[in-house]
Amino acid sequence: MLALVSPIDTPYHRLPAGLKFGLLSLATVVLFLLGTVWAQSAALLVVFALYLVVGMDFLRQGVASLRPLWPFLLLVGLWHFLLGDPAEGAVVCLRLLSAVALANLVTMTTRLDDAVDLLMWLLAPLRRLGVQTGLIAFSIALVIRFVPVMMDNARRLLESWRARSHRRPGWQVIAPIFLVALDDATRVAEAIRARADLSTYNADE
Amino acid sequence: MERNITLIALFAALIAVLGLVPKFTLMSGIPITAQSLGVMLCGTVLGARRGMLAVLLFLLLVALGLPLLAGGRGGLGVFAGPTVGFLVGWVVGAYVIGRLTAKLTSLPLGVAAAVAAVIGGIVLLYIPGIIGMTIMLDMTLQTAFLSILAFIPGDLIKAGLAGAITASLARARPGIVATRPAG
Repeated sequence: MLALVSPIDTPYHRLPAGLKFGLLSLATVVLFLLGTVWAQSAALLVVFALYLVVGMDFLRQGVASLRPLWPFLLLVGLWHFLLGDPAEGAVVCLRLLSAVALANLVTMTTRLDDAVDLLMWLLAPLRRLGVQTGLIAFSIALVIRFVPVMMDNARRLLESWRARSHRRPGWQVIAPIFLVALDDATRVAEAIRARADLSTYNADE
Repeated sequence: MERNITLIALFAALIAVLGLVPKFTLMSGIPITAQSLGVMLCGTVLGARRGMLAVLLFLLLVALGLPLLAGGRGGLGVFAGPTVGFLVGWVVGAYVIGRLTAKLTSLPLGVAAAVAAVIGGIVLLYIPGIIGMTIMLDMTLQTAFLSILAFIPGDLIKAGLAGAITASLARARPGIVATRPAG
């Protein structure tokens, strides 16, 4: 499955995931404290510089991943403009751009394995409370395996729809997608039971 | 245990699939993402607890950096963005939908699931969603509410479909819908 990790190798890839995550949390808090347009503009420039240090292509990738934000920027900008407070609108828009771009930077430079390791480390204290964190890791692996299989099933069902109808596939195809999955569930559960006793499952073992 | 884990993981994957399947028309001419329909079905089919866990698992994978949200979005940026409240709402919504579907036993399953989906998947989904927008975008509650009004008709359609699909699953495999074990 395609992850959001950038194919461009960056120095950030080699930083520990925990450090990146910690810095991101800290930076996000700071972003919410900066109240002036100037401070927010400077912050955004710093964020872009973090991308640009790697190269122009990487910056372009970063900017592309901000695209889903534009309707919100338009909405906020317009609203504050109508209220007669464009400065406040600018602060909100700049902050949103910086916060999302920074978070994307961490995602783009953290491999899935490292992210899962970090998650397990963060969840470790829960083990004392009796939470089987190994099961969470196991479920994550299951979903990663299931998504392409379910996509294939869905694609097959959509193809058979197209073979029979000139209309575009509609909602009626969703129930069969779920039925096929539910039928698979029984077999998958049996296969897991045959291989491991999940009631005592621990990822470390 | 194995069956619960499998079902939770499967439904998390199905939420992803409903967001990735391209060009899906739910009603003639209105292309809306079926992803939140997947969240509703988690509640109506798996029940409150497992449905909520499936949504949580799905969001966990998104946070870890997999592009599973509709339109191939994902990663930590989604949780720093203006729609983070709606993701929280999905978790709450799936739970409430599961509880309500199981509670409304006097109604036929399809109707109960649709009503539950309206309450849990629209009303309760939009409360954290709107709060999230007011925080991230510094808006008032009213403006945030007005800006999402356009999505409500689509969500009502999805709630209806969630009811219809849940009922047809129960018909096809009696006993498989956890909120109505008797079929």
